[in-house]
Amino acid sequence: MLALKIDRLVKIYSTGLTALGGIELEIKQGDFFALLGPNGAGKSTTIGIICDLINKTSGKVNVFDYDIDINSNPAKACIGIVPQEINFSLFETCLEIVLNQGGYYGISRNLALQRAEKYLKKLGLWEKRFERSRNLSGGFKRRLMIARALIHEPKMLILDEPTAGVDVELRRSMWDFLIEINKQGTTILLTTHYLEEAENLCKNIAIIDNGKIIENTSIKQLLSKLNKETFILDLVNAIHDLPQFNGFNSRLIDPNTVEVEILRENNLNEVFNEFSKHNISICSMRNKSNRLEELFLDLLNNNN
Amino acid sequence: MLNKPVLIAFSTIVIKEVTRFTRIWVQTIIPPAISMTLYFVIFGSLIGPRIGTMNGYNYIDYIAPGIIMMSIINNSYANVVSSFFGAKFQRHIEEMLVAPIPNIIILAGFITGGLARGVLVGIVVTAVALCFTKLTIYSYFVTFAVVLMTSIVFSLGGFINAIFAKKFDDISIIPTFVLTPLIYLGGVFYSIDMLPDFWQTVSIFNPILYMVNAFRFGMLGESDINIVTAFIILIIFMMVLFLFALHLLNKGIGIKT
Repeated sequence: MLALKIDRLVKIYSTGLTALGGIELEIKQGDFFALLGPNGAGKSTTIGIICDLINKTSGKVNVFDYDIDINSNPAKACIGIVPQEINFSLFETCLEIVLNQGGYYGISRNLALQRAEKYLKKLGLWEKRFERSRNLSGGFKRRLMIARALIHEPKMLILDEPTAGVDVELRRSMWDFLIEINKQGTTILLTTHYLEEAENLCKNIAIIDNGKIIENTSIKQLLSKLNKETFILDLVNAIHDLPQFNGFNSRLIDPNTVEVEILRENNLNEVFNEFSKHNISICSMRNKSNRLEELFLDLLNNNN
Repeated sequence: MLNKPVLIAFSTIVIKEVTRFTRIWVQTIIPPAISMTLYFVIFGSLIGPRIGTMNGYNYIDYIAPGIIMMSIINNSYANVVSSFFGAKFQRHIEEMLVAPIPNIIILAGFITGGLARGVLVGIVVTAVALCFTKLTIYSYFVTFAVVLMTSIVFSLGGFINAIFAKKFDDISIIPTFVLTPLIYLGGVFYSIDMLPDFWQTVSIFNPILYMVNAFRFGMLGESDINIVTAFIILIIFMMVLFLFALHLLNKGIGIKT
């Protein structure tokens, strides 16, 4: 069953800006799907239309087979949304915010209380449940939005850049939490600027640019398109001139650091052998950038 | 349509609205009590005895229903306009928009919140009035029906104002430049029989005149206008504003792009 089916979705704002130019997208039930794109590509507009926060110009959207034009409320009941910007009352307590959201979804107070306890505890907010939301740090505000989105236990959770501005530790714990709820069967649609996040979490991916889907495939397949990788090698001893290596491009960044560009057909042993031949010892190596990031930039450059 | 989840959603909105205005009672309940006390002191106790009687009633007794109605109108309007615009401004209106709540229930929830504040303030002001004069009720049905319908009409007015408002200034323009003059010229402090013919004719186009006089009829049994006409006008206003507000909400005007 498809969790989400978007068919020729168009959004033209009153200013004349075409935010979406007829996108098509399908997300299977249980998927962990990434929607990537640069700022202004149309990610938030797509999510806004799915959640009935933005009026579409034309096209069709089905959520678990419910057409959002015909069966808007059953479709909404299937979705939990974590928006990009904070959108809860700053004068209410964490518990009030989550309980009220449960109420809007028609969940009885007793059940909402049980679920609020469950999710606020899981997200480390239970101790802060009586605090006014405005007093929370940025990271906790984001966690609160996740707890709020889960109060009705939706079949699909949509997260619009949920880890933006969140510290590394908190981001990792949020990843673990998202992986856990995805394993329990919740379909997840994620937009993010952290490509490492998409690579680590998601099974499938679509890249949107200028309101058009320019790539829609699995993460594995997408990464298989990567024909080169750039590594940074840290040297044990400083060198001042880089010898000519066979089989790959290299560049001396500073006396202790070399950048090498390796094609898919090369293997790393050849690289190490070349360095050994010239008596250059390597103490560590790392990717210059995230693999998906390199591909993402290539795709955007090709599209433009 | 009124199944259990929908009723839960409705009660959640109402509880949230009532909690909101009672949490800030110093801003919402106390100011009207103080200003209405001043009206009773100045116009009722100090100036009133010099005026004498109005249509056979002591001046303070004559103006009391109008002053109570004025506070109900102002507070019903203020509650919904500030709450809904605040929800738009802070974007937490999206909490309701993404949920499976029929728009009519969202509207009904906000209107009930406005009604609750209007009635609560009306009760407080009535209690204040009782410190200055002895109030009677001529017709319970008319009194309560007029309070209910007037509060709903102005809650709807506040809702529509909030939908179109883009900044905080926009939610004070209507109360300052439209509502206040209409209230003061709506027969709160005088009978329109005292006005020259031309201004009497102008006054009959002021809807607040009908509300104030219908309420006065409910309390005193005295009115400048026909009570049936007042009810018809109130019902028409209520229906037209309700349908217009619901249309705006269905179209997402002011809340969706």
